[in-house]
Amino acid sequence: MVLLRRIGLGLAAPVLALVIAAVLSSLLLLSTGDDVSGFWETLFTAPKDRNVINILNYGSLLYMSGIAAAIGFRMNLFNIGVNGQYQIGFFAAAVVAGEAWLPGKANTLVAIFAAMLAGALWAGIAGVLRVYRGVSEVISTIMLNAIAGLLVGYLVKQWGISSGVTTGTKPVPKNSWIGGFALFDGVPTELYGLALLAPVLGIAYYVVLNRTRFGFDLRATGSSESAAVAAGVDVRRMVIVTMLLSGMVAGLIGMATLFGSTHNYGSSFQSSIGFAGIAVALLGRNHPIGIAFAALIFAFLQDRSGLLNITAGISPEIIAVTQGIIVLAVVIAYEIVRRYRVTLEQAAVARQVEEVRA
Amino acid sequence: MSVAVTPGTTSASPLPPEEAKRSPLELVAWGVGVFLLVSLVRVLTDANDVISAGTLQASVVAAIPIALAGLGGIWSERAGVVNIGLEGMMVLGALGAGYFGYEYGIAAGVIGGVALGAAGAAVHSLATVVFGVDHIVSGVAINIMAPGLAAYLAKALFTDLPGGGPTQSPPFGNPPTITIDAIADPAKDLQDKHWFVLSDLASIVAALTRELSVLTLIALALIVATAWILWKTGFGLRLRSVGESPSAAESLGVNVYRFKTIGVLASGMLAGLGGAYLACVSAQGYQNGMVNGLGYIGLAAMIFGNWRPGLMLAGATLFGYTRTLQLRGGSDSLHALLLVIAVLLIVYAVLLLRGGRRTQAIVTVLLGAGFLLWFITTDSVPPEFTGMAPYVTTLFVLAFLSQSLRPPKADGQIYRKGSAG
Repeated sequence: MVLLRRIGLGLAAPVLALVIAAVLSSLLLLSTGDDVSGFWETLFTAPKDRNVINILNYGSLLYMSGIAAAIGFRMNLFNIGVNGQYQIGFFAAAVVAGEAWLPGKANTLVAIFAAMLAGALWAGIAGVLRVYRGVSEVISTIMLNAIAGLLVGYLVKQWGISSGVTTGTKPVPKNSWIGGFALFDGVPTELYGLALLAPVLGIAYYVVLNRTRFGFDLRATGSSESAAVAAGVDVRRMVIVTMLLSGMVAGLIGMATLFGSTHNYGSSFQSSIGFAGIAVALLGRNHPIGIAFAALIFAFLQDRSGLLNITAGISPEIIAVTQGIIVLAVVIAYEIVRRYRVTLEQAAVARQVEEVRA
Repeated sequence: MSVAVTPGTTSASPLPPEEAKRSPLELVAWGVGVFLLVSLVRVLTDANDVISAGTLQASVVAAIPIALAGLGGIWSERAGVVNIGLEGMMVLGALGAGYFGYEYGIAAGVIGGVALGAAGAAVHSLATVVFGVDHIVSGVAINIMAPGLAAYLAKALFTDLPGGGPTQSPPFGNPPTITIDAIADPAKDLQDKHWFVLSDLASIVAALTRELSVLTLIALALIVATAWILWKTGFGLRLRSVGESPSAAESLGVNVYRFKTIGVLASGMLAGLGGAYLACVSAQGYQNGMVNGLGYIGLAAMIFGNWRPGLMLAGATLFGYTRTLQLRGGSDSLHALLLVIAVLLIVYAVLLLRGGRRTQAIVTVLLGAGFLLWFITTDSVPPEFTGMAPYVTTLFVLAFLSQSLRPPKADGQIYRKGSAG
């Protein structure tokens, strides 16, 4: 009974949020005279094989982005700058891999290392500013996001090579590519080889957070900074290390696409994955499995958005609205459920006190 | 995730009050000093576009939306609610202005922009004030939602209109402007003589007397009004008390929720007006992506201005000015500006040294030397670097002047009614 209620309360918030998002999205569609039933039909048709792979590919990127954000969130560090760290990391890896100082897969490894380093350093700026100058990481990472975009734009212009209309970094030599997996026969779209980084990172995230001293310190600092200090945790060090880790993971986000599909940094760079990661982490409650569900839901919606226009004549932007509503609704729903749970617990305690007295 | 995040600074020690307060005279002195310096640099480097009426006029148009967003930030954060959602509210405001402006005329457009900005703020206040959701989380969600909503509605509303398209509203007229030829024309003549100081003063006069939009005046009036309301009235005192110490305010009978809601709503209306300004004055109607981070720059201007309207306007003007120089393609002007920055930094370093802050003085001198070197060794500044200016400036201000910044004390904290105990 108690267990059932715990599970029920745990699921209540996300389900409530999805329902609210569904209702509000439908109302929005109705208000503009769009085809509401077509919208739902498109959303609920089973994805084709090709789409399944697209969802998994995009979902794996969102998952890594969500993990990057969640690392900070667990310590109450709002790393809004996942997007900038991802962009800097992607660019650094693209430059290193394009230069190809080492042959074959050694080149790939070095490039991935460069991405982690660049992402970590970019996030580290915010960590250092926070620890030594008391600058809120929210503001500094927002600023660093903007700076990253402009800086990378400048560097691409300086070092990039122009191919007709677009400018990008040098292409990665073919022997450094990471091949994909053909999940279905006769479907040319493949699952990125480096999409496997996502589950690896998820497991690492779980183990480090729940099975190591560092993870304990991190969660303790997130729950109560003063208690953590009393327990001998060096909070300043924790802030910097956590930011570095978060940025490192953010740097890894783009590796699957860099070595699996785009093979350079150029106009095909997907620029909003870092922001979506924040939403995914919130939706998944910073839990490795929760984030996986959230990432898949977001990736699924993203994939369907392309179809909406074709099947029902609805502009794909509606999906961004739905995603935003889900995030906002889910955090509100969690708060309502939390308050309800507190009331329940208070009632239970009051009852027990009465019983003892009687 | 219900622990407060304090933007700006989290320095533990209480700040010395004499630093938080700068006398207006000192500010004026700095202003005059900078003006003379810029004028001198203009004469020396021949980069006449640094202070031309055209540049200044465009700067005003660029600065006002930033200032309105920053002003919105002040209203919200003074009431203790961090508003990252300014960006999204500006987008909504621009869309509202585009739609209502085309359908019902310019005045309706401005009102529509304000109303849609307020609608975005209503969502933010529902989440943060009523449900106690983390302010950053709510703001991020609004910033995801608003551009999507605007793009979706733009497609639905504007696609079939003559002159419109799926990503933009049809063009419509600008708000009335004020031109005083009797002053503007002679000022222009004087400017074209390129004399030291005199021509520069003339440029300013010419910029302010030719085609000055009524909406610009309204925005400036709102900044003055905000300063008066928040710092000189009982209402303002209560609103600020809610941002400093909500429990103390509640114990004195202030309705904390109401004042927080008012602060957030005012913030959204101002951000919406900023968006409307973009659609009505800066451009000819709404366009997808026209806000493009201006809300964040407004936030930066607010921090630069230490959560106060006057300094915030100075920050917005500075950021608007650099953006203008970049947009006008004035690589000469930008290059000349490097010298200005170098001299300013070195002067500031001397002041710091006299104030006994040696480490900061050394860092500032090194920065100044760096800019001087940059000026000497190059002929132009890449546009990306001027684009970065607002963001980098904010980081430096936060990093090196955090002792003199004082955000509202309970900024970003979640408050529940009755927790005063």
